[in-house]
Amino acid sequence: MTTAQASAAKTRIAGTLYRGHEGMWSWVLHRITGIAIYFFLLVHVLDTALVRISPELYNAVMASYKTPVMGLGELGLVAAIVFHAYNGLRIILVDLTGWGTRHQKAMFYVVLAMWAITMLGFAPRHLAHVFGA
Amino acid sequence: MSDIAEVQSFTVTFIIRRFNPETDTEPYWQDFDVQMYSTDRVLDALHKIKWDVDGTLSFRRSCAHGICGSDAMRINGRNRLACKTLIKDLDISKPVYVEAIKGLPLEKDLIVDMEPFFAAYREINPFLQTSAKPEKEHIQSPEQRARFDDTTKCILCAACTTSCPVFWTDGQYFGPAAIVNAHRFIFDSRDEEAQVRLDILNSKEGVWRCRTTFNCSEACPRGIEVTKAIAEVKQAVLRGVR
Repeated sequence: MTTAQASAAKTRIAGTLYRGHEGMWSWVLHRITGIAIYFFLLVHVLDTALVRISPELYNAVMASYKTPVMGLGELGLVAAIVFHAYNGLRIILVDLTGWGTRHQKAMFYVVLAMWAITMLGFAPRHLAHVFGA
Repeated sequence: MSDIAEVQSFTVTFIIRRFNPETDTEPYWQDFDVQMYSTDRVLDALHKIKWDVDGTLSFRRSCAHGICGSDAMRINGRNRLACKTLIKDLDISKPVYVEAIKGLPLEKDLIVDMEPFFAAYREINPFLQTSAKPEKEHIQSPEQRARFDDTTKCILCAACTTSCPVFWTDGQYFGPAAIVNAHRFIFDSRDEEAQVRLDILNSKEGVWRCRTTFNCSEACPRGIEVTKAIAEVKQAVLRGVR
């Protein structure tokens, strides 16, 4: 009786993606939003510094931001900052309290809920402003 | 005898990531169909493949009962011990993926070079350090013993360290297992060199590299709350041992 049989080798080389839970994906989101915020701050420092070189140029750059595409970008920026801020508080509690590690999953869902509530308050007003209702 | 119900068996497909350093330039996936019983473990499937189908399949195992810590591997994308993973707990309607743990140099098939892992372990002085002469027993209350009970369970299988995204990209990071074993002595009331270990773990590649992804806590086959232990070491670095 044969208990097993082998078949031809597959061509896929890469390993599987590690299947983490809430903790790993919160870290992935935290890092992506952190990098996004970093690049925003880089541009923000540069465009604000323009005012020292030429106020006209500064005004021209600011005017170019007042487009629907940039408006949606601002929505994404606020979404990233709000998540990063709330999850940052969660990480502080995990690192510096005795009970934080045992409630990290629940706290992650609290972060998502608080993020959703904040965005529900912000997004309609902001989009109405951007698209000039 | 005929009325004794036969133990139910079924065919399970295992897709194993193979690598032979003498013939292959890159690892590749290979399928095996194995007849299994629900009481079998992933390790039994590897045995059947190695003994009956393909003797070149290489993996480590010693005790085969979750104590020696030899057979940590990535099963369906998560680090587990092959000897503690029951077939009935897996979704066998789909193939079962088995590959080596991640972040340590791949040597052959499911075997990795564990030396960087043990080097980090040795660096945190994983032994009792006391100035008392060994003339009589060290007195310790049950409460003092309970303080570090969780981290005495470690079997050094590396499932936690190789589930850590920080360790995958920064092999210099001490990793969860080394910190767990430092915790075991830092919070031992009989040990006198906690501060030495805290200084070691306060370095650039120490506890502050931990980003609390909790992969280690979920991977530990002994159920150690690894991230909690790391957080306690972080707090001890900041506030002292208490």
